Amino acid sequence: MSATGKLHEPALAKRHRIGQLFQWLCCGSTWFGIVVLVLLLASVTWKATTWPTADADAVDRAAAMKTNATSGEAVTSARPLSTRFLTSYDSRVPQKAGIRAALWGSLWLLVFVGLTTVPIGVGAAVYLEEYSNEGRWKRIIQVNLSNLAGVPSIVYGILGLTVFVRMFGLFGHDGKVLDLNLGFTVLAVPLPFERSVISGALTLSLLVLPTVIVAAQEALRAVPSSIRTASYALGATQWQTIRHQVLPSAMPGIMTGVILSLSRAMGETAPLIMIGALTYLARCPGRIDSLSAAWEHPAGLLEAPFDVFTSLPIQIFNWVSRAQPEYDHLAAAGIIVLLVVLMCMNTAAILIRNRFQRRTQW
Amino acid sequence: MTLMQSFSELMHQRKQRETVKRSLPVETEVTKLDIRNLNFFYGDKQALFDVSMTVAERSVTAFIGPSGCGKSTFLRTLNRMNDIIEGTNHNGQVLLEGQDIYARDVDVVALRKRVGMVFQKSTPFPKSIFENVAYGPRVAGQNNYKALVEIVEQSLKRAALWDEAKDRMNDSALALSGGQQQRLCIARALATNPDILLMDEPASALDPASTARIEDLIFELKQNYTIVIVTHNMQQAARISDRTAFFFQGYLIEVDATQRLFTTPTKKQTEDYITGRFG
Repeated sequence: MSATGKLHEPALAKRHRIGQLFQWLCCGSTWFGIVVLVLLLASVTWKATTWPTADADAVDRAAAMKTNATSGEAVTSARPLSTRFLTSYDSRVPQKAGIRAALWGSLWLLVFVGLTTVPIGVGAAVYLEEYSNEGRWKRIIQVNLSNLAGVPSIVYGILGLTVFVRMFGLFGHDGKVLDLNLGFTVLAVPLPFERSVISGALTLSLLVLPTVIVAAQEALRAVPSSIRTASYALGATQWQTIRHQVLPSAMPGIMTGVILSLSRAMGETAPLIMIGALTYLARCPGRIDSLSAAWEHPAGLLEAPFDVFTSLPIQIFNWVSRAQPEYDHLAAAGIIVLLVVLMCMNTAAILIRNRFQRRTQW
Repeated sequence: MTLMQSFSELMHQRKQRETVKRSLPVETEVTKLDIRNLNFFYGDKQALFDVSMTVAERSVTAFIGPSGCGKSTFLRTLNRMNDIIEGTNHNGQVLLEGQDIYARDVDVVALRKRVGMVFQKSTPFPKSIFENVAYGPRVAGQNNYKALVEIVEQSLKRAALWDEAKDRMNDSALALSGGQQQRLCIARALATNPDILLMDEPASALDPASTARIEDLIFELKQNYTIVIVTHNMQQAARISDRTAFFFQGYLIEVDATQRLFTTPTKKQTEDYITGRFG
């Protein structure tokens, strides 16, 4: 029993206790989030799979629904989340309401947000990383990009309302219609865009562009400069170097950024409410409600961008704000659908990243 | 064994190899590159001071000197790779067959096609072996697949990689070993059919066996190409080069036939460096 050993013991035990405590705190922080998330998911799933228990009002409503059902209007379902839910339009009768219009609306938004953000975002990132010189201009743009990424989405809604929905009132009180002759058909483009798919998509594009640009810049910066140097040394021009070496190497990073940004755009509600997408709607943009409809009525594909729309989060918001408790359960079912869509997109992002990471290693 | 003795040993080895490998008579020298009073600056910092020298056609010229002496910078001025770095500046002339490569009407892309370069760290593109070698001709506009196959085979043969690579043309270049990757980079540089090959310490990251292969290869290549090589390794310079230039602190101290420079250097600094007193 040495004296020195005893001297050190008390402090050591205290240090161990502090260490232990800290470990528990960190562990607790992790589980706090997970437990809350699981509880949320459980309650949403439970709501999405049951109708509210019958009270006096509900019995009345159920009776009203039955009369409707016997008149042979539509099939009703035993629980809010069902295949019928995916294929019906919104309805005043909760048991008949579905998200078909919202699903197609979201799909259209996804396509147009993708079509606008990918070229513009990647182009801007390539310019900033590969072409522009270091200097005051680049710093100003860079700082502004970071700031824009943090601007609340409702602000983008106001911007979209002014720029795309109303176009600063340039086209008068009632607007104009621009007839575009495409040879096989004449496309009527309303000016301003009003509350159409294209307005919504452009607004959402503005919202996610800063994030896409920053993500693409990161991906470009991660490409080792030795690749560029080697390409130049072989007599490639700057564009050839970017096109054949830099962009392919950066593609997985860019794709990941783009998909994550798109899934953010899919979940956005506020800017779309701002541009007036929150209405009762029982039809799909361009009247295309299925793949076969697109086949039979291809002109609808061109009309869809200029048609009114609703989207998944908008539909959910719409249902949550209604009084009947059944709509709460419908909203829960809508949330499940939205979550599944977003989860698929995020999984795609992860798969793309993993797949390319294995192929390119420096 | 002193350094000087080990050097004469090396020269002896080399002579043997030369008699075996090269039966060509010594030709009259044709000047390929003529560098006149070249000064080079990174921003305000001057990296090269009034460098003048010539490089003969179909010969190996080695640049030696301690780290940061400007030998790599000088090498990169020969195919204008320094243009990529922002804020660089130069004056003086670099004449390639009498034409100033820094003249206004010279297209740097065309220049780099004629003056190939191999780097210290092998930098294969993350593509197949075939695509790596075919890249140079492709960006130059060669899209005929048959012609590309021909070029790729020729280049790989010249870079002594054909036998190892011919059955795995579609495999990723990153699957090759370090030495193979470096030979792939040489093949890739040869594929654009250059006159001059610049090599920036091409073997310094390789094991002795791979280094020996690269050195043999350089020996082969000088029959068709003008080679300028930067090396840290004086023994390597002695083994492979015809002429050696010694750089120190941005100045070209001495340039001479390799044998003379290593046995009877005229400058004190050269002697100090090659006898290992500094650097």
